[in-house]
Amino acid sequence: MTASQWVVTLGGAGAIAWVIYYFFLAARAGATARLGAAGIQRVAIEVLGGYAPSTVTVRRGLPVELEFHRADSDSCTEEVVLEDFGIRQYLPAYQTTAIQFTPTESGTFAFSCGMGMVHGRLVVQDEVSNDGHN
Amino acid sequence: MTATTDQLEHCDIPVTGMTCAACSARVQRALERTPGVSAATVNLMTNQATVDFDPGAIDPVGLVEVIRDTGYGAEIPRAEVAPEDLVAAQDETRAEEITTLGRKVVVSGVAAVVAMGFMVIPSGWDMRITNLILLGISLPVVFWAGRHFYTRAWAGFRHHSADMSTLIAVGTGAAFIFSLATTLAAEWFAARGLEPHVYYEAVVWVIALVLLGNLLEAKAKGRTSQAIRKLLGLRPRTARVVRDGGEVEVPLSDLAVGDVVVVRPGEKIPADGTVIEGRSNVDESMLTGEPLPVDKEAGDSVVGATLNRNGALKVRVTATGAATVLSQIVRLVQQAQGTKAPIQHLADRVSAVFVPVILCIAIATFVIWFDIGPGPWYVHALAAAVTVLVIACPCAMGLAVPTAVMVATGRGAERGVLFKGGDVLQRASELDVVVVDKTGTVTEGRPTVTEVIAIAADRATILRLVASLERRSEHPLAEAIVDAAAREGIELREPDRFEVFAGQGVLGLVEGREVVIGNSGLMRARNIDPAPLIDRADALAAGGATAVFVALDGSLAGLLAIADPIKDSSAAAIERLHRLGLEIVMLTGDARRTAESVARATGIDRVIAEVLPDEKLAVIRRLQQDGKVVAMVGDGLNDAPALAQADVGIAIGTGTDVAIEAGGVTLMRGDLAGVPQALELARRTLRVIRQNLFWAFIYNVIGVPIAAGVLYPVFGLLLTPTIAGAAMAASSVSVVSNSLRLRTA
Repeated sequence: MTASQWVVTLGGAGAIAWVIYYFFLAARAGATARLGAAGIQRVAIEVLGGYAPSTVTVRRGLPVELEFHRADSDSCTEEVVLEDFGIRQYLPAYQTTAIQFTPTESGTFAFSCGMGMVHGRLVVQDEVSNDGHN
Repeated sequence: MTATTDQLEHCDIPVTGMTCAACSARVQRALERTPGVSAATVNLMTNQATVDFDPGAIDPVGLVEVIRDTGYGAEIPRAEVAPEDLVAAQDETRAEEITTLGRKVVVSGVAAVVAMGFMVIPSGWDMRITNLILLGISLPVVFWAGRHFYTRAWAGFRHHSADMSTLIAVGTGAAFIFSLATTLAAEWFAARGLEPHVYYEAVVWVIALVLLGNLLEAKAKGRTSQAIRKLLGLRPRTARVVRDGGEVEVPLSDLAVGDVVVVRPGEKIPADGTVIEGRSNVDESMLTGEPLPVDKEAGDSVVGATLNRNGALKVRVTATGAATVLSQIVRLVQQAQGTKAPIQHLADRVSAVFVPVILCIAIATFVIWFDIGPGPWYVHALAAAVTVLVIACPCAMGLAVPTAVMVATGRGAERGVLFKGGDVLQRASELDVVVVDKTGTVTEGRPTVTEVIAIAADRATILRLVASLERRSEHPLAEAIVDAAAREGIELREPDRFEVFAGQGVLGLVEGREVVIGNSGLMRARNIDPAPLIDRADALAAGGATAVFVALDGSLAGLLAIADPIKDSSAAAIERLHRLGLEIVMLTGDARRTAESVARATGIDRVIAEVLPDEKLAVIRRLQQDGKVVAMVGDGLNDAPALAQADVGIAIGTGTDVAIEAGGVTLMRGDLAGVPQALELARRTLRVIRQNLFWAFIYNVIGVPIAAGVLYPVFGLLLTPTIAGAAMAASSVSVVSNSLRLRTA
């Protein structure tokens, strides 16, 4: 193999390793829901090619309001699905859509776009610290 | 939900955790003692607190706090978004998307054709000039028409996620940057013996084709929710309300519960209500799928959005807006579209890792072509990697199941078949046995006089005397006889004497004549010989009817046959279910002989008779233990446990019973005809889903390796990025189009 082939081969192997790490293993930004006056846990989530934050931690047994702000008109993310809570919600472009439900079981629940390509996680805990940010 | 009345506001708050009347009383007391609350009631059955309060003194948040302080859960009721508002917002966004995409398709399409012209028609110009012109053509396509691919890919990348935009952005971006480098630094490439190859034409074509695919997909996706739009369109815009003695036309939003509306022939009924005056035929087919119009008169309930045909009706409104049957149907369909069929989980697992995996394959393709491919190595390596990125289609996989579920649930709703979700659709396609409840499902559910045989007096006289006497009886068969007389407009008399012979019949004096009604035993006991009609009575009993002898003044006068008639549609429905290869079992508490005659008349395979209501669940469980996938068809009330136990509970409604909890499927029509419709639709949907998934998987499984060049060593076959772009666009459009075929299911 020539030097350039070595460079390209090693570079390619490194790029593959980086793709796997970045998309599957790297830590995602998360947020803990803020507990409001009426006992509703609120989190604002920006929808733009993904969910930011993509991991949301909430407390079990209290109502949760996820405020999805869809920041573009890409049809890929026009719907959000929280299958475990029986929710499939259309998100109008450039608007904030609030989705309210009460998680009754603790655990990690996935949410995704209507086509299952863009993902987020809802972590329901028995107790969470109440000084979360979003 | 809050509403204002004068200075007071009204608010319904859902309360959780209440188990007994003491709980609700405690919450109610706490609310009543709260300053600013003028009235509060807490309903244990609906788990709801209804509060009238002064908004200046307290707000709903404060009320929730008060309830929480009592130890029970409460949450602020969220204002419900009306389904039409949601659909309107969706339509608006979709229309904008289609307009924008349309413009981009035109611009990029023209650019693609021009670029191709430059590539195929020799201009005689210097290659550098040609490349600069091609660069100029591709700039508006890359930076305007295809800009969103790059911005979305970048936004997704920041969140560690990747989708179709990532593939297009990386593929066309790499090709464009490489082409730009060879255009601007052609000498550098030439000095190293490299041909300064450009890919502008491929970049422009790929973007144009993918945009065209997106445009067609957006249009097709809009059609998947057409059923909901159609349902919402059924509602009239205005209502004619009786106010201050006159009729006033008001917008539907101004209509309130308790209003009296006038509905003229040919007009739609504006909201759910009860007829208080008039008589008419009402076409309910748009909601129930029932083709025959239904007679409506004072006291009958009517459903909003149905069509009043031939008479004027005055209707008192009982539900408006979100509380109407139509809104409930729309909400149910929308909820159903929110659930996934289990078959989707495989597609989800693949979709979740698809794009990063394709990125890895593209990198590997580049490396392999670079290391062992024929020259010019970098040209092939880059082209093959870009082709892999462009041909891969995650959208087809993502759209395969949800589009089919959307179209199918919408189509079902149009025909009065409401599925609770994609999971129910899938299970309904896998059934072995359909268990049907007899009374009220296969049969009408109310005993009716089916025959009057008169031998010693005329028919009307017998019916008049018998019904006059039976009017005093509380026996269920007596009700059937009185109903029969009423239907024929026979005027009844007051009997002078009435005597009951338990388990045998009744005796009395009507119009001065002695009337004996009962079984053959009673006749014999009264020294009346039933022999002349005994064979007829036996034949009727064998057919599932109950025969009642009638004697007048000591001699046999006739025979009445009373039966629960089989619904007209039952036999045809069971025939259609047989054609689906299903075994039909009838479950009933009735005597075996009656049940078997109904089964014979309708073609039912097996009868399980003399079952107590609480044993129905055990019967379903036994069938399931035998390895059968079982559907139970029954009414949502009495059969609720069996419906819940069955793999698919099919609740037969009465035309207005939408939210039947126990049923996975609710049939708006009150007969069996909806069952084969529902199951045929479910099977067709699953067939379409399987076709979609097969196509989406096989397309990628075959397309990606070919794009990578696996056929090149043997056949010399290598796809171009342009062909890959066309294939990718066609792939997702074909999946949505296949789902749309269900609109005619």
